[in-house]
Amino acid sequence: MDTDAMKRLALLCRIDMSEEELETLRAEMEHILGYVEKVSELAPAERALEVGVHHNVMREDGTPRASGMYTEALLSAAPAREGDFIRVKKIL
Amino acid sequence: MDILHASIKELRTALDARDITAVMIAEAFLSRIKEVDTDIHAFLELYDDVLEQARHADTLIAAGNIHPLTGIPVALKDNLLIVGKHASSASKILEGYVAPYDAHVITRLKDEGAVFLGRTNMDEFAMGGSTENSAYGPTKNPHDMSRVPGGSSGGSAAAVAARMAPLALGSDTGGSIRQPASFCGIVGLKPTYGAVSRRGVMAMGSSLDQIGPFGRTVADTKALFACINGYDAEDSTSVSEETRRMMCGDVRTTGAMRIGVPESFVYGEGVDEDVKENFRATLRTLETAGHSIVPIELPTFPYALAVYYIIMPAEVSTNLARFDGVRYGLYVSGNDLLEDYMKTRGTGFGKEVRRRIMLGTYVLSAGYYDAYYNKANEVREALRAELVQAFSEVNVIATPTSPTPAFRIGEKASDPLQMYLADIFTVPVNIAGVPAISVPSGTVMRDGQALPLGMQFIAPHFAEETLFSIASEVERLA
Repeated sequence: MDTDAMKRLALLCRIDMSEEELETLRAEMEHILGYVEKVSELAPAERALEVGVHHNVMREDGTPRASGMYTEALLSAAPAREGDFIRVKKIL
Repeated sequence: MDILHASIKELRTALDARDITAVMIAEAFLSRIKEVDTDIHAFLELYDDVLEQARHADTLIAAGNIHPLTGIPVALKDNLLIVGKHASSASKILEGYVAPYDAHVITRLKDEGAVFLGRTNMDEFAMGGSTENSAYGPTKNPHDMSRVPGGSSGGSAAAVAARMAPLALGSDTGGSIRQPASFCGIVGLKPTYGAVSRRGVMAMGSSLDQIGPFGRTVADTKALFACINGYDAEDSTSVSEETRRMMCGDVRTTGAMRIGVPESFVYGEGVDEDVKENFRATLRTLETAGHSIVPIELPTFPYALAVYYIIMPAEVSTNLARFDGVRYGLYVSGNDLLEDYMKTRGTGFGKEVRRRIMLGTYVLSAGYYDAYYNKANEVREALRAELVQAFSEVNVIATPTSPTPAFRIGEKASDPLQMYLADIFTVPVNIAGVPAISVPSGTVMRDGQALPLGMQFIAPHFAEETLFSIASEVERLA
């Protein structure tokens, strides 16, 4: 990974980092990725072909609790609000 | 009565006989905390209503409304929500955050009239194996203050080990209950995936996380597990009682066990010689007591750590996307919304959290997804199948909990991979979703100091009873 790739990755992560930190992180990540690459050592025949024991569990539409019960508690945690809305800087 | 050294059963008996009160118990632990926690730093906060909670428990007892944990103090890892109280996952990004609702485990404990002492230190967002990644400074190991208590639930483990709490809750994504239990010389259980509801615990790796109990004995640990274990309709990964019975089948829960030992894995490289010797000695003791030791092969186990350090960061990077300066916690203003995100997260997240989000984003990005994430999931299924197969021949599988005793503060701080390798025996358990327990198995000497070791037992899905049984044997024979 070159410096530009690291910068793009940090942008994707939405984390502001100094070039110095990205440089340290690059070395660490290469070291870690070098280790985890051993998952590819297992030959295809030895691997279970079926993937995905985890699956989404949906519940029926309904009203599990009274509407508005948590509105104030949740909104009051937001750094900026306007009435019953969370306020953010303009998006477009 | 010596409250600080009493078992949960002894405390229960004394409370019910009105020999002591919940207030007396709470006061005893609070004064112990004041005495030793300035040095150990297990707690991030002591709740200001501990005595009030204890008085409430005493009224319940007086009214005959008694449950197993009524009036019993519990310490809580800082990633569990209690309505109206701070919860920060030891991160600056959640400094000052107040929980809007109770975690399911908290509701269960409140229903029994348990007394919450405070929130304990941890690696930030449960990422780490030493508690050094806390934004609020490390916790020390009560057995040697120059060493780590393990992690990520290091504060909870240290609190129980130093008798600042009789019980504590932690969470375990790759060993975060068992490894600190081992380093601190106490018992810790990682329940089956789906056994304990995760509603109200801050998510780290959602296909791996479980909440679990710490205690000084197997019986104490079991008492806390009994309270939090059970189906919750509001956690979609919670497993119904019927499915549990079906998955568990008729496993052996008492008497002589067939104990499987993955020898080439356990006696391999990177494990301290005296840890291996302690493990062998414990096995010999169990064999003498009538259990049989069965060498087994688990060829995929050595790949579990690699699988873990792909799947976990992937899930971390998505789970922690919610910390954006918009919904809660820290907010640092930039020139536009994107800069708000960048600055808030750049300021609020610590080093290890940033590292794992970067890794996770990388392995999930286009072009690398197949090579890393998909492959890791394939190996994960192979490992799970291998384990299910192994349990057709043995009742439990034994390994050391950790390849070393507690290491020194700062020793592994500069090499993340070295820190990760400390998880080698614990991560396969989370990868497969099975339960495992760490029980003290003696000590080894380091620099003139006796340091505790733990033995890990792994059981089939929902066979926690089997774990309590065999761990009690180790305790009894010690």
